[in-house]
Amino acid sequence: MRDRENQTANNIVRVSRVVKDFKLSKSVVHVLKGVDLEIKTGEYISIMGPSGSGKTTLFNMIGGLDKPTSGSVFIDEIDISQLDAYELAWLRCRKIGYIFQTFNIIQVMTALENVTLPMIFAGVSDDDAREKGMELLDIVGLKKRFQHKPSELSGGQQQRVAIARALANDPAIILADEPTGNLDLSTGEEIIKLLKLLSREKGVTIISATHDLKMLNVSDRVIWISDGRIEKIEDREELSISLGQIGDKWK
Amino acid sequence: MQKKTKANLPQKQVVLPFAKSVEIAVKSIQSRFFRTLITTMSLILAISFYCYIKTNSHIITGIFFSEDKIAIQALFEQGYELPGDGEKYTATPKERWILFLSLLVCVVGIVNTQLMAVSDRFREIGTMKCLGALDRFVVRLFLIEATLQGLIGSAIGALAGAIIALGGSLIRFGNVAIAFVNLNDMVISIAASVFLGCFLSILGVLYPALLAARMQPVEAMRGRD
Repeated sequence: MRDRENQTANNIVRVSRVVKDFKLSKSVVHVLKGVDLEIKTGEYISIMGPSGSGKTTLFNMIGGLDKPTSGSVFIDEIDISQLDAYELAWLRCRKIGYIFQTFNIIQVMTALENVTLPMIFAGVSDDDAREKGMELLDIVGLKKRFQHKPSELSGGQQQRVAIARALANDPAIILADEPTGNLDLSTGEEIIKLLKLLSREKGVTIISATHDLKMLNVSDRVIWISDGRIEKIEDREELSISLGQIGDKWK
Repeated sequence: MQKKTKANLPQKQVVLPFAKSVEIAVKSIQSRFFRTLITTMSLILAISFYCYIKTNSHIITGIFFSEDKIAIQALFEQGYELPGDGEKYTATPKERWILFLSLLVCVVGIVNTQLMAVSDRFREIGTMKCLGALDRFVVRLFLIEATLQGLIGSAIGALAGAIIALGGSLIRFGNVAIAFVNLNDMVISIAASVFLGCFLSILGVLYPALLAARMQPVEAMRGRD
């Protein structure tokens, strides 16, 4: 019993019976049909599933970017649907770092300005933000390119800037929506290694929606989603045994 | 499960200092110079027309007050209705009507180009909101951009309008046209033009900015690239 309580205390994310419907002009599409999920601090989680399975929707729910039709998402045991606009903005700014498939670097700003923007929102002074921004760019290996605009950076480099930006306010969670989706094989691998390194060194919880099989090797747990439900949750140990099957299934 | 109440939470604030918003707005204008130019163009034209009409009135009043017979005769011949003694010449109802239309077209033009500009920036706005920007940060950025555009655009427009009016009447009436223009009135007119320009620019961006700011981050990022 105590064990169970300890577990809940460590849950950084808890998804409880989340249902999400999208209304089209006449019909209603049930994208998520009741998802329960608990994620512990420091875990590296991959959410796997085919396109249209609802993984991006689930990802948006966890990130507070969209609200569930019913059910709740708790971050640090706070129901985020209860938060007002200020608190939600604060959550996005300080607690969660986002990485997107399409990088979403702000085009008119330099790499450094992109990284410092969340810190400015968090009220960090200009000098401190610059200093920390340079540190973060150093970590992702782009220190020399801090003055470059996104158009002067390659896809992999842009994604590194996005990772540095996601880390700006030392978030507890990093949400990565198909971070390697727009990258070639080797660049994707580098990004995955970088994420893994960060999760180990900084103890950040990483949740990534993906259908990149390379992600599996570094994940602590893999959550398989299909048709709006969790199909199965596998720990890494089980995973290595069944990897052959996965390979077949996802090729 | 014990639920934490809001009172237990630390002070949760997201900020965007004003100086920083101006910095971001200026950079945004600089890196989208061509788009900004198009938005500002209709403002420049409308304000220069406004200032032209105003300056023209001052010039005619000046000529009338100069009591220069030849110049006044020239005014009559060109069909100007002169005011009574001691009164200032004001624009005719027809001129005012055209002026009103031109300003209206200008605002519609600004709304149009700003809507396009905003939809171009949906992704950027969505990203900013993901990073913790509040709705009002987005509105503020757009308002500052519009104010800067308004200031610069209408300053250019006002000067252009004044110079064209002065130059034109210098050719038509000679030195007397400029010699008797009330400098005070001129300054007031130019200031009014700039003020009007800023107002129109802000008016034009208001709806697009609110539209952009109210969007949920997901919608904004799903939107057009």
